[in-house]
Amino acid sequence: MKLVKNAAGRLVPIEVNGQEQIPFRGINKHKPTGYKSKPPIRSCVDYPWDGNKLVKDLKTALKKAGIKDGMTISTHHHFRNGDYVTNMLFDIIHEMGIKNIRWFPSASFPVHQNLIKYLEDGTIHHIEGSMNGPLGKFTSEGKMKGIGVLRSHGGRYQAVQDGEVHIDIAVIAAPTADEFGNATGDRGPAACGPLGFALVDSEYADKVIVVTDNLVPFPCYPWMIQGNNVDYVVKIDSIGDPSKIVSGTTEITKSPDRLLIAEYIAQFLEDAGIMKDGFSFQAGAGGTSLAFIPFLKERMKAKNVKARFVRGGSTKYLVELLNEGFTDYILDGQTFDLEGVKSLRENPNHINTSPFTSYNFHGKGNFASIVDAAILGATEVDVNFNANVVTHSDGYLLHGIGGWQNCLYSKCTILAIPSFRDRIPVIVDEVTTLCGPGELIDVIVTERGIAINPKRKDLLKAVKNSSLPIRDLKEIKKEVDSICGGKPAKPKLNKEKVVAIVKWVDGTVLDSVFQVYTD
Amino acid sequence: MRTKNLTKSIAGKRGDNIRSDCYIEIQLKESGGIKLELKSKVEVMYGESIRELIFEMCEYFNLKNAKIVCEDYGALPFVIAARFELAIKRLFPNTKKEFLLPFLKQNEYSTTKDRLRRTRLYLPGNEPKFFINAGLHSPDGIILDLEDSVAPTEKDAAQLLVRNALRSVDFYGAERMVRINQLPKGLEDLKYIVPHNVHVILIPKCESAEQVNAIEKEVEKLKKQFDIKSEIYFMPIIESALGVLKSYEIASASKFNCALAIGLEDYTADIGTQRTNEGRESIFARQMLVNAARAAGIQPIDTVYSDVADMEGLRQSVIEAKSLGFEGKGCIHPRQIPVVHQAFAPTSDEIEKAKKIVLAFEEAEKKGLGVVALGSKMIDPPVVKRALRTIELAILNNLLDKNWRKQ
Repeated sequence: MKLVKNAAGRLVPIEVNGQEQIPFRGINKHKPTGYKSKPPIRSCVDYPWDGNKLVKDLKTALKKAGIKDGMTISTHHHFRNGDYVTNMLFDIIHEMGIKNIRWFPSASFPVHQNLIKYLEDGTIHHIEGSMNGPLGKFTSEGKMKGIGVLRSHGGRYQAVQDGEVHIDIAVIAAPTADEFGNATGDRGPAACGPLGFALVDSEYADKVIVVTDNLVPFPCYPWMIQGNNVDYVVKIDSIGDPSKIVSGTTEITKSPDRLLIAEYIAQFLEDAGIMKDGFSFQAGAGGTSLAFIPFLKERMKAKNVKARFVRGGSTKYLVELLNEGFTDYILDGQTFDLEGVKSLRENPNHINTSPFTSYNFHGKGNFASIVDAAILGATEVDVNFNANVVTHSDGYLLHGIGGWQNCLYSKCTILAIPSFRDRIPVIVDEVTTLCGPGELIDVIVTERGIAINPKRKDLLKAVKNSSLPIRDLKEIKKEVDSICGGKPAKPKLNKEKVVAIVKWVDGTVLDSVFQVYTD
Repeated sequence: MRTKNLTKSIAGKRGDNIRSDCYIEIQLKESGGIKLELKSKVEVMYGESIRELIFEMCEYFNLKNAKIVCEDYGALPFVIAARFELAIKRLFPNTKKEFLLPFLKQNEYSTTKDRLRRTRLYLPGNEPKFFINAGLHSPDGIILDLEDSVAPTEKDAAQLLVRNALRSVDFYGAERMVRINQLPKGLEDLKYIVPHNVHVILIPKCESAEQVNAIEKEVEKLKKQFDIKSEIYFMPIIESALGVLKSYEIASASKFNCALAIGLEDYTADIGTQRTNEGRESIFARQMLVNAARAAGIQPIDTVYSDVADMEGLRQSVIEAKSLGFEGKGCIHPRQIPVVHQAFAPTSDEIEKAKKIVLAFEEAEKKGLGVVALGSKMIDPPVVKRALRTIELAILNNLLDKNWRKQ
């Protein structure tokens, strides 16, 4: 495999799974020309006049959709670890004897470890999406036939829209749908929140199958997926366990050290002058970034400040802000707990958004750059403020990118990270995998101090008289290395074998993930 | 010399929920050298250095033939060393050798008798994961506990871990305290802490001056033996009816006493009642303790507030303690620290009054006057001292600028 050095100085392949790749050219440097991809023209005369697209089961739908070897099948992660449909789908595909599928999920979770057997037997050729937990381990050890492709949520929309990924069949699990295919996620026994991650699939895929366990009479309104884009509807007993959309990471941390980080962030937003009337922020999932919300709320209350909007990942903490009048709107891309789902359904100011509106780099603007501050996590950062979210320091793929890369475009990007986890330093000389270039990361908040990117002279000036522990990132790193017993050794990686690539938001290749030696 | 028939020992902790700790097993062999089986969460990053440390310790303790199992859950070097030394000492209890890691330069600071002691954060002596970042929460003092929070079977483990922590963990300027065991066992604890820059020794369940004297004698002996020059202070903890009645005797037993604390969990049990939020059952004991401490010229320190989720309850409890004359409160969770500091902070009236007293005192000193007066009122030295403490607290709580005299 031929590797070249990209603009970030990382070695990346120029061809992956038979597709030509563009190495990363620098922030905002790659602007493709040409036209968007287009789905095939359909005619309503080919669809039932009575609007009833119901077929008896998923296998029938797949057959009618013309499934065959080598196709690209997409699924969505709205149920997170409670997803039943994806596992069921691949059981059927396997039973049908279909091979070499490109699986194109919006994210994967540990519940999908059932699919490892299909990666082993050739049913699935490779994954383009996140490779979490067991799938990450499988991929990192070089066991996947093809090469994994990791994209952000916005990058996934961009890849489909730009024609980089052509979806043959999209399978959308919908908590409520009608026979015509109109579908929504905000109601039904398995309500999970917005279905925004499936939007691009419904618009661009050749065939779209909606699978639901709550079929309602036409019209299913409000709908997020329009039946006019849907080919078949399948009714099954249960599409997923909505209680599992809530994970440990959507609960506020109890760790005093992480709470200290959260408190620092809230104070930083106030001291830097970001927290002012009409401001906006994004809080992702993750104990620390969630914990800062109540701290910020106290400060907003004391200063009588109200936000114009907050971006989610909605959780009960954001819902509280909305209900108590601390923000006018929640712009919600995915819902992380059931209180978020309820609010989305009942509060008109809790708004459904999608990766198109929020994150798509090849849109005519997007919400990400309008946000005043985004509070995010990372598995590693380096002394040049570069950050990693997909691999751990041992080289193993463990997480997806989510909307993380897209959020880096906020006006002030803050990474909330412990300086080390157990004995694993989080601040390193060079990140194992580059997911976010340092020039887009403004502030790193750890329990040992706050480091501001030297490029952000305005922020440095704004907090000059703050009581916050503002420190040099290299100084914090030095302290952490000394606590941990020296600099950590790097993982032993097979630099000859790329197991996955990390795309930047514009579709170029930012970095490679290499095979981990297991001996 | 080896314990009779004992050829295998274990130390440390293992299991799915263990963090920042490790499990060590040593099986003595007749031959074959050292066989180390290492399973580490941080193998990629620190596997080599863990191996080096263990082999170095084998050599130091002259261990030639053994099968060693180390299951590591991200333990820092001071923890691995303590666990390994414990496993060795459980095999060879008579060994006098100690494996000491380098003493951190930033831990070489000392303390003073009248230092602020508003908060003291208790850390269980056998739980290293709590040690590492404790100082970042800015308590006035950190207590490494060898007593109630350590299981009887793990006392030896805590002694080594606390010793290593005193040498290797940065407490970021907090006063370095250790709560030893109840006497006589507590006397055995001293050799693990006195040579390693402990600042304050907490004496639990103290009931007599003799107990304080016994500790003072042992500390003096060890200070001489290890050539320790810095001062080591004592904080007896009164936790019984007898202790309360003898509190003045205890408070004045040693010139190294810096504070007297009350522990209400044991005290209420001793007088046959239970703790209530109102605290009527302990009002006599607490007032007695404040009086005893003040009479002996040392600080009266209140008990812990045990509901870590109830911050408002804690705040009220500190306000009440302050009104009784206490200067500090025990903390069992880092989140309690800022609440206690804020609640002990002086009011604006107290600050204004203190400023006037201090300025009048400085003015009088400048003029060489022996008597300080504020208006028509004479000011006694204890009042000046209290005013200075109020100013110090106001500055620490950002209620007063350091350069307030110039403003």
